Amino acid sequence: MTSEIDVGQRTDTAGNGRAGGRRMSTGRLGDQIFAHSARGSGVVLLAIMAAIAVFLIWRAVPALRANEANFLTEQEWNPNATPPVFGIAQLAFGTLMSSFLALLMATPVAIGIALFISFYAPRRLASGLGYLVDLLAAVPSIVYGLWGLHYFGTKMDDVGRFLNDYFSWIPLFGGDSVGGRSLLTASVILAIMILPIISSITREVFLQVPTANVEAALALGATRWETIRMAVLPFGRSGMISAAMLGLGRALGETIAVAMVLSTASGISIHILKDGGNTIAANIANSFAEAGETGRGALIASGLVLFVITLIVNMGARAIVARRKEFV
Amino acid sequence: MAKRIEISGLHAYYGAVHAIEDISMTVEPRSVTAFIGPSGCGKSTFLRTLNRMHEVIPGARVEGKVMLDDEDLYGSDVDPVAVRRVVGMVFQRPNPFPTMSIYDNVAAGLKLNGVRRKSQLDEIVERSLKGANLWNEVKDRLSRPGAGLSGGQQQRLCIARAIAVQPQVLLMDEPCSALDPISTLAIEDLIAELKSQYTIVIVTHNMQQAARVSDRTAFFNIAGTGKPGKLIEIDDTSKIFTNPSEKATEDYITGRFG
Ligand SMILES: Nc1ncnc2c1ncn2[C@@H]1O[C@H](COP(=O)(O)OP(=O)(O)O)[C@@H](O)[C@H]1O
Ligand SMILES: [Mg+2]
Repeated sequence: MTSEIDVGQRTDTAGNGRAGGRRMSTGRLGDQIFAHSARGSGVVLLAIMAAIAVFLIWRAVPALRANEANFLTEQEWNPNATPPVFGIAQLAFGTLMSSFLALLMATPVAIGIALFISFYAPRRLASGLGYLVDLLAAVPSIVYGLWGLHYFGTKMDDVGRFLNDYFSWIPLFGGDSVGGRSLLTASVILAIMILPIISSITREVFLQVPTANVEAALALGATRWETIRMAVLPFGRSGMISAAMLGLGRALGETIAVAMVLSTASGISIHILKDGGNTIAANIANSFAEAGETGRGALIASGLVLFVITLIVNMGARAIVARRKEFV
Repeated sequence: MAKRIEISGLHAYYGAVHAIEDISMTVEPRSVTAFIGPSGCGKSTFLRTLNRMHEVIPGARVEGKVMLDDEDLYGSDVDPVAVRRVVGMVFQRPNPFPTMSIYDNVAAGLKLNGVRRKSQLDEIVERSLKGANLWNEVKDRLSRPGAGLSGGQQQRLCIARAIAVQPQVLLMDEPCSALDPISTLAIEDLIAELKSQYTIVIVTHNMQQAARVSDRTAFFNIAGTGKPGKLIEIDDTSKIFTNPSEKATEDYITGRFG
């Protein structure tokens, strides 16, 4: 009791002494409170993340021990069989494939939309269009899933057949059992889902482009497109990469829409028009309810893999952004 | 190459704001014309009407006539982009492209004009940097970012960028106002050299500078806040600074106001 009071008083005196000694530095107390609370939240955040990681690993390890197959290379996912046999290979492949395809489709469209809204559209149309694109982000993923399953998938069936008939010489479009519940359908839906985030961040980035640079290009006699190429795109490059990576992160983790669209079939195949394929997140959504003890552990292990994939993708993006730091 | 500019009855607006009113003057080729006057009297606005940069501001418009030799810059079939390729501009704050190297900054306008051959680019970049008195300082680091140079060097880089495309007119809006005295001197020397080839118009806040670099001086004034800026008089620089025709000019240059 006494010692506590003592400590309290001492701190108080020390605080007063400092304040008295440095009258000039006003707001010192505020600075300290801010520094401590910032540090505190940082520590808490790290602690929470560490706790989650420990919990996940702790749950995953027994399942991985029981696994009869190599977790990284096995394509089957049968953790509830005896003995359990499961591996991440097909799921990781499906996750990366669908997400990268989605990114490939969404990024150019999103940047095009952002360019149009920022530089070409009349002001009234621009704000309406921006609002509309943002609205796409507000649609719940279950709605995308239902739409993909009952409407869009059936359309994609025809598209898939067409591509398969005429472009099967492109490996991605080859194979048989072409259908609407394919990786391509899932990718297109993912692309629509990540379009708004990429587009609106890109628009923010374009707003940051200094007028001085735009005017410099115009004054040299650049057309609008040349101005964009000269002053806007290079300046926005790292911001656009970040935007794309945020979109990719969302695509990698998207669960329910993909789970509904894909008809699960096993085996890694680059034939993206084929019915089937699966992703880590969709597999978790589909199997968690009926999974047993080992099954849950296995799914948690797959979740850790997804986490690592996302981490690697983000670090890659940072590396790209940092490489040309010297130039803005 | 240098051309005469003849302006008649020129008005410029920002939306409903009438920024400059009824300006007429002639700018002679191969000479330096200085614009002086108090802040807000429309010097920058007027300068930007001469390369059709005024209209890039939303809502801004221009009335009147600007003849470049015998071509009307505001003719209905004239492309503003084409105008800006022959009337170059240097801004108040140095604005090299931050994502480009020194070399690419100078080459930027050339590439717009379709110059692609490396040897030709090399040659023009070197000539322009020499023309801007910057070559010796940067020749060993052409691939370094232009934004890494000092303010004065950046402004000379911007001048090099502007002259690389060999414009007929060079407009400069207070090119030294963000620079230290040494860099200012370097740019004034450069202007004196460039005037043998170009028609140069320079806006300056600094009357000594106007007196040092220009052959003709135009004095602009504004009747009051919210009123449009006007041209008071334009004459030989020596006359403006010793024996101006207008009382307002004399008051301004003797420091009695502004
Ligand atoms: N972008 C703009 N939008 C609206 N008004 C402007 C803009 N730029 C300048 N003006 C107005 O036009 C007038 C002339 O400005 P400016 O040409 O910059 O004068 P100066 O260069 O002589 O200081 C000022 O009243 C200023 O407020
Ligand atoms: Mg000005």
